[in-house]
Amino acid sequence: MKLKLHVWRQKDRQSTGRMVAYDAPNVNPEMSFLEMLDVVNEDLTGKGEDPIAFDHDCREGICGSCSMVINGVPHGPSKGTTVCQLHMRHFTDGQDVHIEPWRAKAFPVLQDLVVDRSAFDRIIQAGGFISVNSGSAQDANNLPVAKADADHSMDAAACIGCGACVAACKNSAAMLFAAAKISHLGLLPQGQPERRRRAINMVKQMDLEGFGNCSNQYECEAVCPKEISVGFIARMNRDYLSSSIFSKETGSTSKSED
Amino acid sequence: MNLDAKIPAGPIADKWTNHKFDMKLVNPANKRKYTVIVVGTGLAGGAAAATLAELGYNVLNFCFQDSPRRAHSIAAQGGINAAKNYQGDGDSVHRLFYDTVKGGDFRSREANVHRLAEVSVNIIDQCVAQGVPFAREYGGLLANRSFGGAQVSRTFYARGQTGQQLLLGAYQALERQVGAGTVKMFARSEMLDLVVENGRAAGIVVRDLVTGAITTHAAHAVVMATGGYGNVFYLSTNAKGSNVSATFRAYKRGAGFANPCFTQIHPTCIPVSGDYQSKLTLMSESLRNDGRVWAPKKQGDKRPPRDIPEVERDYYLERKYPSYGNLAPRDIASRAAKEACDDGRGVGESGRGVYLDFAAAIERQGKDVIEQRYGNLFQMYDKITAENPYEMPMRIYPAVHYTMGGLWVDYNLQSNIPGLFVLGEANFSDHGANRLGASALMQGLADGYFIIPYTLGNYLAGISRDPVKADGDAFKSTKSDVEVRIGKLLGSKGKRTVDSFHKELGLIMWEKCGMARNKAGLTEALRKIPELREEFWQNVRVLGDKDNLNQSLEKAGRVADFLEFGEILCADALTREESCGGHFREEYQDQGEAKRDDEHFAHAAVWEYQGEGKAPKRHTEALTFDEVHLATRSYK
Repeated sequence: MKLKLHVWRQKDRQSTGRMVAYDAPNVNPEMSFLEMLDVVNEDLTGKGEDPIAFDHDCREGICGSCSMVINGVPHGPSKGTTVCQLHMRHFTDGQDVHIEPWRAKAFPVLQDLVVDRSAFDRIIQAGGFISVNSGSAQDANNLPVAKADADHSMDAAACIGCGACVAACKNSAAMLFAAAKISHLGLLPQGQPERRRRAINMVKQMDLEGFGNCSNQYECEAVCPKEISVGFIARMNRDYLSSSIFSKETGSTSKSED
Repeated sequence: MNLDAKIPAGPIADKWTNHKFDMKLVNPANKRKYTVIVVGTGLAGGAAAATLAELGYNVLNFCFQDSPRRAHSIAAQGGINAAKNYQGDGDSVHRLFYDTVKGGDFRSREANVHRLAEVSVNIIDQCVAQGVPFAREYGGLLANRSFGGAQVSRTFYARGQTGQQLLLGAYQALERQVGAGTVKMFARSEMLDLVVENGRAAGIVVRDLVTGAITTHAAHAVVMATGGYGNVFYLSTNAKGSNVSATFRAYKRGAGFANPCFTQIHPTCIPVSGDYQSKLTLMSESLRNDGRVWAPKKQGDKRPPRDIPEVERDYYLERKYPSYGNLAPRDIASRAAKEACDDGRGVGESGRGVYLDFAAAIERQGKDVIEQRYGNLFQMYDKITAENPYEMPMRIYPAVHYTMGGLWVDYNLQSNIPGLFVLGEANFSDHGANRLGASALMQGLADGYFIIPYTLGNYLAGISRDPVKADGDAFKSTKSDVEVRIGKLLGSKGKRTVDSFHKELGLIMWEKCGMARNKAGLTEALRKIPELREEFWQNVRVLGDKDNLNQSLEKAGRVADFLEFGEILCADALTREESCGGHFREEYQDQGEAKRDDEHFAHAAVWEYQGEGKAPKRHTEALTFDEVHLATRSYK
């Protein structure tokens, strides 16, 4: 089949970008979306035009690298699917396909479809961990965890950190991302000692990075390739609220208190 | 080349314990005076960087991905082995050690493997303490499943995303240190060369992939955890960015490269569907717990699988290896699939596929149970092939997956260049000629959390604490070499794309040095690869400039290295005149089973660079088997 692509091209962080149209004349329905772009890039290189830059790595839906908005929807039309796992059989001959990078203040565009998501790493640095050094842990089975809790924790831990939730949100909120980590750790007994300071510090960092607030429209859940539930955001809000009330026990990121 | 493995004396079960006591320590106040470079943020690199920083060292950590959380360890699906014996089914450290040496077809180093089995139990404790959400039973205790090459259930797992969860554990520990200022993280930064000064690893040359800036970094020691080289085959289950460049550049600076021909072909991947294909997707080995592998008995049988009656199906693994059945090790299961397809009994459009069938398991245990165990894998298969594996058997075929070979290291994980340590898939030591399932995650974390923190301290305690500087002649000349090479790639102004060269190389490697190898084919590959490399440097087209994000340039540098490395891989395969594990030479077989030659080849082959245009020199490290006696591997 043939497709008409409209792709965001931007030379670097400082330059102004624009949409550019390309023909994709030989699209096989068995191809993945990224393989379709590979073929377009081979043609562009042949013609002496710079290929389209996009982040990708594992191409099996787990590394969280790939990140593009297709016809207005982060990761495209298939529910619960990253772009690398999206196949061309979901498109029709002659279709116009608009491809844009994640758009959010906290994710500046570096080139074409490549954005800087280091803000997510800094949110994790603020508290998305359990403080345990290597080498001193007790026997793993000394700490039973109810299966339902472990499963629920795993549901949240499945987040791949791709940022689609931010790209889908009209406020560019990173709530689903932060809530997934806060819930993954907060649902386990190991995560309890730092539960309050974790919520406070991660939310604080989220605000510092320029992510917006939640207005409960659930676009994040709708586009999440791992289908992480917005229920976790409610959980994060409870942790945040109770931490703010019992502020003495929360601690903060400031070095002096550590 | 000095290949002293430095294996501690004493009984095998006491070597590591005694060695830990014998090694020198660095006083806590002095640790911060040492700078350590860690390249890579996968299970080995991430765990090492976090742990070394926790201990107090000053750590610089580099990765080419946009975040350390995206290293390819994240894609591991099935699980991680540990000799916990929580199931009470007869497991022990000694049994895990034994299975791994045997599974590796007697080409690994016994002392290293025993240590790996010993620390396996600590890994699970550490990961649970970090909050890794492993699967659990209703009683709240950890669940296990079985994997190939073992008759006990010792594999811990987190759905089909074990690698992701273990890596997030290491990543979170790492980010905790970044936040504390003890690790300086350089993401989107690719190591392009190793700096060797006065015979020691002194630093690295790095390209900032966003700005294109080339910088040098000095350290008291360099730890490389840069993964494997499966992408030399172009199509593999590796991530697109996985490459050999870091280890290969170290090789060109004098580090020995051991057993490059030991490559693992994983039996259960989704078959190739067309020439645009960019990578292959693995279907976890754990599926073989419940799936039955079969091919039609009749050649060219094109009937849909459900129309082929039971008596006309060949469950060839169960037939050939009744005691391990569908859980035969990877090398054996892969060759058996190839044999069925070569015999004209392959399925699917290309005829390169066999069935992995869950009908019996679904009937026995119910769809719910199967869905709980493998739901996300079934979903992934459905997404890629548009076929529902609950109703139709999966079609699978072997694909390049893991590389057992890597930089040579001694017992301390130090290469032959003092100060250069190599961890995880990037080194060669633990898996011999074939890795067992669920052992890669184990090795990566063992090296990173529990081995390098001891052995690196021992090295550092013996060298000067004076601050390091990246301004010596060695730094200047290595940096200049990197810049010249980038200039050459951008300046060739040829006609062919980087990918077209990579695909052509991959095809040569797969056909001549893939699942089955022979002298004539390898000789042909050794003629074709230099010709292709010659053409690459004459005719490659790399657009864009060096001072900006340039993905074509990144790829070009990696493919240029694969074009040299492929030749060493084939030379190693040609000179190893025996079959063992993943290395199957058609001339050396016993009715389709690998025929080892312990008299002449019970050694690691280590290749030493001799300079541009010169054939590398082959050295050997003899392997001795005092605990697990050399025997023909049998899974029958």
